[in-house]
Amino acid sequence: MHRHFDEKLRQINERLLRMAALSEEMIKIAIQALVDRESAKIEEVFKLEDQVNDLQIEIDEEVVHLIALMQPVATDLRFLIVASKINAELERIADQSINICQSTRFLLKYPQLKPFVDLPIMADIAQGMVHESLDAYVQKNSARARQVLTTDDKVDAYKDQIFRELLTYMMSEPSTIPRAFSIILISRNLEKIGDHATNIAEEVIYLVEARDVRHHHEEKLRHENRTGH
Amino acid sequence: MLNEPYKLEAINLDVYYGQVKAIRNATLQFLPNKVHALIGPSGCGKSTFLRIFNRMNDLIKAARIAGRVLLDGQDVYAKNMDVTELRRKVGMVFQKSNPFPKTIYENVAYGLRINGSMANKAELDARVEQSLKDAALWDEVKAVLHKNALELSGGQQQRLCIARALAIKPEILLMDEPASALDPISTGKIEELIYELKQRYTIVIVTHNMQQAARISDFTGFFLLGELVEYGKTAEIFTQPQDKRTEGYITGRFG
Amino acid sequence: MKFKTKLSRLSPNTVQKIAFAGLLAATSLVLLPVLLLMAVLIGKGVTALSWTFLTDIPRDGMRSGGIYPVIVGTCWLVGGTIAIALPLGVAAAIYLTEYARRNFLTWTIKLAIVNLAGVPSIVYGLFGLGLFVMLLRCGVSMLSGSLTLAILVLPIIITSSQEALASVPQSYREASLALGATRWQTIWHCVLPNALPGIMTGAILAIGRAAGETAPILFTAAAFYLPHLPNSVFDPVMALPYHLYVIATQIPNIGQDIRYATALVLVAMVLGMSFFAIIIRWHYRKKRC
Repeated sequence: MHRHFDEKLRQINERLLRMAALSEEMIKIAIQALVDRESAKIEEVFKLEDQVNDLQIEIDEEVVHLIALMQPVATDLRFLIVASKINAELERIADQSINICQSTRFLLKYPQLKPFVDLPIMADIAQGMVHESLDAYVQKNSARARQVLTTDDKVDAYKDQIFRELLTYMMSEPSTIPRAFSIILISRNLEKIGDHATNIAEEVIYLVEARDVRHHHEEKLRHENRTGH
Repeated sequence: MLNEPYKLEAINLDVYYGQVKAIRNATLQFLPNKVHALIGPSGCGKSTFLRIFNRMNDLIKAARIAGRVLLDGQDVYAKNMDVTELRRKVGMVFQKSNPFPKTIYENVAYGLRINGSMANKAELDARVEQSLKDAALWDEVKAVLHKNALELSGGQQQRLCIARALAIKPEILLMDEPASALDPISTGKIEELIYELKQRYTIVIVTHNMQQAARISDFTGFFLLGELVEYGKTAEIFTQPQDKRTEGYITGRFG
Repeated sequence: MKFKTKLSRLSPNTVQKIAFAGLLAATSLVLLPVLLLMAVLIGKGVTALSWTFLTDIPRDGMRSGGIYPVIVGTCWLVGGTIAIALPLGVAAAIYLTEYARRNFLTWTIKLAIVNLAGVPSIVYGLFGLGLFVMLLRCGVSMLSGSLTLAILVLPIIITSSQEALASVPQSYREASLALGATRWQTIWHCVLPNALPGIMTGAILAIGRAAGETAPILFTAAAFYLPHLPNSVFDPVMALPYHLYVIATQIPNIGQDIRYATALVLVAMVLGMSFFAIIIRWHYRKKRC
């Protein structure tokens, strides 16, 4: 039976990769729309989101069927559970791009506040994290997944920096507050994307090593064992 | 279920053993190139039901049926139905592997020799080889075709029985718990084989192993105390069964 | 509790050993007459046993020479018996196990077979005399003798064949039928080949029985003295059991050793057949498993 089951797993993998590619594309286009001030591109992002949503439902259905029909255990079970979670994270990543577009729509109504320097870099890094986490997943490479976890700090640093910079604008000129605030929101969306990519990476580590690295779970367990609680 | 022509169907079927009604008013259809699993607790009548389709129940004198059984729209229980002809079209694999105490070759050739359909040795050889290949057994036995079939392992014997059934080119394959006596590896091989075979046959499999039904079948029917409780797409039966009793059985919260 | 304390003087192992010893003694007691018989026969008859004894005709009023026509006559008689009884018996067994429904007729037939086995052999002899020799005018002949013996061994063959057929697993029949074989094809290609060892065993036991019987051939086939081999099935023949009876009671002044040697040949033939039957059964059993 395993050949048939493996084929199904491969199909799920393919769909997840397609979904990841679409999510990355959405981030890229959303930032392009902002930087190049092209509202037409926003529509592209919305179209891509429809595809992502369809894929999410397809993958979820398939995962439920496979769990119900194939009674997977061990690696196969972890794979399906992880696939389902990655599926959800990717959909949220796509949602963040949509949020970016909504802020962009507002920003494009007004003249540009300042040239974007850090934001495109931050977007690149976030997009790279999504890409890396999916690569780690495909290659079942936990070392690469751990790399993603460290990259997340960079994204957070950029978010803080963008916030401080825009704070100066807002303090000196209150009329910039709506625009500056929208940009801060966008940086926050990008930071969230980084967080989702981090979650994916953690799932990959669980998939490969069967270890739960979320929320310092293992250290807590070790601590409890030592102290006897 | 679908608008395709049914390969095999039972309509309002009752089966009696003497005074006992073993199957009550069952109606269901089997589609070409699909695997249909019949599940249910022991003694629910699913094996009885399977034997209706190739009239193996004729052997049991107390058994009689009411209702209709159609193969390609033809009444299986019609007066002019040639039972041997029917059984050539509707092959059967039994729960306990039952190869004849003959050579592997002779086991597969048995059905062909019986009906004398093979013109010469070369033709017979070719068919035996093809059947063993179709049953995923050829590579394991090609060097020992003239060894006694009883020397094969349990799993190999069951695949030999499948090869023997395939040799006479049936259109439908009835399988009565074909893997219940086998270890997990052999079971896996049989299940993979069933998945391959459905490309060319209509398959009906009785199993008390509902995980097996879930893995290999396209449609599942749940029998309980002689009643067909629910019949539908396997994916639906195992994710959202309509009947409480089905839900109870497949989730193991029965009774 | 009383029971327990009483036995507790002997350890369970000792009790077991005593029980086994008793059982062994009983079994040995069964073996004893056979061994004794063989010892006496060999001891007293072996001196007369020679190649000439086996291949020469009886001479000098059966007081010397050999018993060649007697051995050959026995073989022919028995061969004829099997030729008649085996097909009939197997056919009957097939009918009874494979086809017959459970009704009054079947029940009567089965009862008749059981009763047939219990009829004393002299009754067969008289029956054969009445039916074959006189009514059907076959005369005292090999044919009449074989027919009579056939009736005698028919129950053995039917019963053992029935058993052999019934021991062929039902699953073989199902497999064959499911492959589109008719019931007759199933019996011929699947059931009979598998029952053959059992049927053979029964047949050989029947041969042994037929070879050893005196009473049924007494009035139907046996010749007192016939120095040549019979020319047709309508000739009487000499046969070992009857010949033994004759030389033991009817011929005065005959050497003891000739009597014992004749008995030895008869017993050896019968035992040989049984032994052969055992070997066949053992051989096929080994092959099966």
